[in-house]
Amino acid sequence: MRRIISILLENEPGALSRVIGLFSQRGYNIETLNVAPTDDPTLSRLTLTTIGDDLRIEQITKQLNKLVDVVKLVDLTEGAHVERDMMLIKVRATGAARDEVKRTTDIFRGQIVDVGPNVYTIQLTGTSDKLDSFVAAMAEADILEVVRSGVAGISRGDKVLSL
Amino acid sequence: MELLSGGEMIARALEDEGVEYIFGYPGGAVLHIYDALFKDCKVPHILVRHEQAATHAADGYARATGKPGVVLVTSGPGATNAVTGIATAYMDSIPMVVISGQVQSHLIGEDAFQETDMVGISRPIVKHSFMVKRTEELPGTLKKAFHIAATGRPGPVVIDIPKDITRPDAKFEYSYPRQVKMRSYSPAQRGHTGQIKKAARLLLSAKRPVIYSGGGVVLGEGSEQLTRLARELNYPVTNTLMGLGGYPGTDRQFLGMLGMHGFYEANMAMHHADCILAIGARFDDRVTNTVEKFCPGAKIIHVDVDPASISKTVMADIPIVGPVDSVLNELLAQIAALREKDAALPDQDALGRWWEQIEQWRAAHGLLTGQRYAQSDLIMPQQVIQSLFRATGGDAYVTSDVGQHQMFAAQYYPFDKPRRWINSGGLGTMGFGLPAAMGVKLAFPDMEVACVTGEGSIQMNIQELSTCTQYNLPVKIINLRNNYLGMVKQWQDMQYEGRYAMSTYEDSLPDFCKLAEAYGHVGIEVHKLEDLDRVMDEVFAMKDKLVFLDVYVDPKEHVYPMHVAPNGAMKDMWLSRNERT
Repeated sequence: MRRIISILLENEPGALSRVIGLFSQRGYNIETLNVAPTDDPTLSRLTLTTIGDDLRIEQITKQLNKLVDVVKLVDLTEGAHVERDMMLIKVRATGAARDEVKRTTDIFRGQIVDVGPNVYTIQLTGTSDKLDSFVAAMAEADILEVVRSGVAGISRGDKVLSL
Repeated sequence: MELLSGGEMIARALEDEGVEYIFGYPGGAVLHIYDALFKDCKVPHILVRHEQAATHAADGYARATGKPGVVLVTSGPGATNAVTGIATAYMDSIPMVVISGQVQSHLIGEDAFQETDMVGISRPIVKHSFMVKRTEELPGTLKKAFHIAATGRPGPVVIDIPKDITRPDAKFEYSYPRQVKMRSYSPAQRGHTGQIKKAARLLLSAKRPVIYSGGGVVLGEGSEQLTRLARELNYPVTNTLMGLGGYPGTDRQFLGMLGMHGFYEANMAMHHADCILAIGARFDDRVTNTVEKFCPGAKIIHVDVDPASISKTVMADIPIVGPVDSVLNELLAQIAALREKDAALPDQDALGRWWEQIEQWRAAHGLLTGQRYAQSDLIMPQQVIQSLFRATGGDAYVTSDVGQHQMFAAQYYPFDKPRRWINSGGLGTMGFGLPAAMGVKLAFPDMEVACVTGEGSIQMNIQELSTCTQYNLPVKIINLRNNYLGMVKQWQDMQYEGRYAMSTYEDSLPDFCKLAEAYGHVGIEVHKLEDLDRVMDEVFAMKDKLVFLDVYVDPKEHVYPMHVAPNGAMKDMWLSRNERT
């Protein structure tokens, strides 16, 4: 089962490599990874998605919690949450495809953020599923480049991951 | 406040931390530190002959005393040589602080002379690591390192220090913190009362209970409570390789070690148990045999200070996260309270029948209830351990290397006290025994320290005979000489039709006695059984001498029992070459 694990991490050198290293060292899998500073400069927020049964996920969260640089951790998929993945996708936009790409982008509520004589760069935000669907819908078009941010997530309601 | 350089801060902090010994080896990147140690530091430094030995000696010291071992090595090869010892300590949860020098800050990343990414290399084998970026951080970082190494589930901590951080001309205010608080590190202080209550009830309702305790009981100072609990309930106890001494080895309720080379009665009791109390043990693959077949009828209570050890390989029915001593104290109180209400608990008839069954197993195949090895014209390795036990009154610190000799020592030298049995269980590091013995001897100079080893292992760190000369460390080396890499040969006998691929030295072994003498020690050979006890006594009569006792043993002997693998359960064992359960 797919899980979204969100971590408050000490903003220390080497902290990220400890998290990543743990996954390779113990044979766990990272599907997506997103990390950036928070409003508190001493903390980073790291969100990763991984796949595993309950036992595996329990081990992953326990092992992550053991890392001294991990301050707090939550498995967002245990409760209601908002998740967003952001994609920049560059597609060839010439001839009939130029209109078709624009139409599909509108349907998915994406934005064309850069226009060239032969290409469009489209920005799209949503769940990973939505981005996957968009890529699938673009199957006819000539996709030149895909960049995704990886999932960032947050719990719904009053629940917060903070110190 | 006093102004100190980085090097002086390290020297002073080690004093302030109460460190007894530094095990190390100098080199370019740590010369400022060494100069500070030379000029003004009360902590003696032990110069080893190879950095791996520094880590093992610090490790041996830590295992024997419970206090963190301290290692100081230079950058590059100094650091990489220390890696095996750090991994050894990590696998067995041994508190250790390793200070490694690093090239100057401005050279980091430029492939400078003797540069290696020590924080990166050691990352998977440390509890935590630090790279010091500013001299002012040193006291706080050292304090944190000792705190992390010694608390919770202990482990090694690396502090990597670039050379410029320790330069003598840059002085800063020094004060050593009394306490340390880290928002992201707070090991469990006590177990969950509700869970402990549940555990007490389950334990008291058991009909075929076994207490299975591991290295955590030794590390967590829980032996006394464990012994009280077992005696209070008259429940049988088995120890893992790492847990030996956690319960008195000569006690009637002790079933011996369990696992791959565990005692028949211990493995049988585990397999047939209806309730297993696992304390400070981690259901290692060398214990469980095939996990799917592990103890099919047992409810499992698992106490460990590390939550990640619980339900990692075997699911616990009642998990309890907490330090073993405090959890056991509370468990004892809960059990007393329950028995006050119902004095009939636990069911004494069932327990009587269980003991009857265990005694039958013990009488049939117990290693210590009869002679379980065949006699030959040669000395049997088991006899050497028995002779060692007799000569030392069962009260020596025994370190070992890795292989058959290690298993024979674990089987035939019952330890009555914790911290007496010092071996590399998790990583299985050959070359551990001699340097570990040095660390133990430094910690307890008046105690007998024996290193049980083999020709393979001893040669992996034999250069430490020189260190023993320099610091006058009269440890006793008991070499079970069979002219093979014995455990490799055993597996080749059992699984590879006796094809001894690279497991023999042909005629290349040195004369160990002459070698010992070359270092200023005493070397003695024994070939005949009738000489063994007398020579063993002579060895231990030489109080001030390191003695290398080279005992020629039967090279054909195997370690039994041995779990049947693959696909065997706890109860499936080879009891001899042609007899299995």
